[in-house]
Amino acid sequence: MIELSSYLIVSAILFALSMAGIFINRKNMIILLMSIELMLLAVNINFVAFSYYLGDTAGQVFVFFILTVAAAEAAIGLAILVVLFRNRRTINVQDMDSLKG
Amino acid sequence: MGFEQIVFYVFSATLLFAGTMVITVRNPVHAAMFLVLAFFSSSALWLLLEAEFLAIVLVLVYVGAVMVLFLFVVMMLDINLIPLREGFMRYLPVGVMIALVVIAMMAYVVGSEFSGHSIPARHGADYNNIAELGRILYTDYVYPFELAAVILLVAIIAAISLTLRRRPMVKHQDPDAQVKVKKEDRLRVVKMDAEKNN
Repeated sequence: MIELSSYLIVSAILFALSMAGIFINRKNMIILLMSIELMLLAVNINFVAFSYYLGDTAGQVFVFFILTVAAAEAAIGLAILVVLFRNRRTINVQDMDSLKG
Repeated sequence: MGFEQIVFYVFSATLLFAGTMVITVRNPVHAAMFLVLAFFSSSALWLLLEAEFLAIVLVLVYVGAVMVLFLFVVMMLDINLIPLREGFMRYLPVGVMIALVVIAMMAYVVGSEFSGHSIPARHGADYNNIAELGRILYTDYVYPFELAAVILLVAIIAAISLTLRRRPMVKHQDPDAQVKVKKEDRLRVVKMDAEKNN
């Protein structure tokens, strides 16, 4: 049957993929937001797998809260993106240098 | 190879393929579509792990709401994609290297620590995942549950107030003023003599 480590490795590969996505698409803010969603998905897979193999429902409760916070984060992030595009006409991360950071 | 293993490997392969396509495709709309595919296949994995409620919530909330929001934003913004793709090939080796390092580290930890874990028996047909989750959510985790509701409220207010924009040139009705208006504001009775008939 399927071992716990199989799920953990799948989720680790997914996490590494989304981390590479942040490095590759470092100019496109939409893809950056999607990579963050993929990272959260990988973490959620870990939580559900541990919840099943340890027989504890608390892991699923944590996934529930992560989904809530991630939905809120996506909504606010996209709202900020829309406002940014309305003011600057670009979503390129490298053009956002008005703070000279 | 049993049925469960076939399901696991097929959906894991789909999940990883979709994740790879999300970070490499040129068009953000296609990336959003592949993200939907990733959510669907991981929802199938969660069904395999007996988390039925969360699997359905993932499809309903993520595919149905969050990804539709993403697609709306991507399609509404008129983005010039050419400058956003600059440096893709330049940063590709760095990205691949970091991904390999992360995978190697995690596989080292995960493979050595969790390989000999016992596999729990499947629940019977009378097991209700939603009832179990609801019981623990409304007893042990009731305060975090209410905090999650507050977070959603904050997100609603923040998203609306960020994107609300007042345009001074647009004409619109003011229902408040319409309701409050009185007869004296609009109607003026003028007393004057009648015209003389010649």
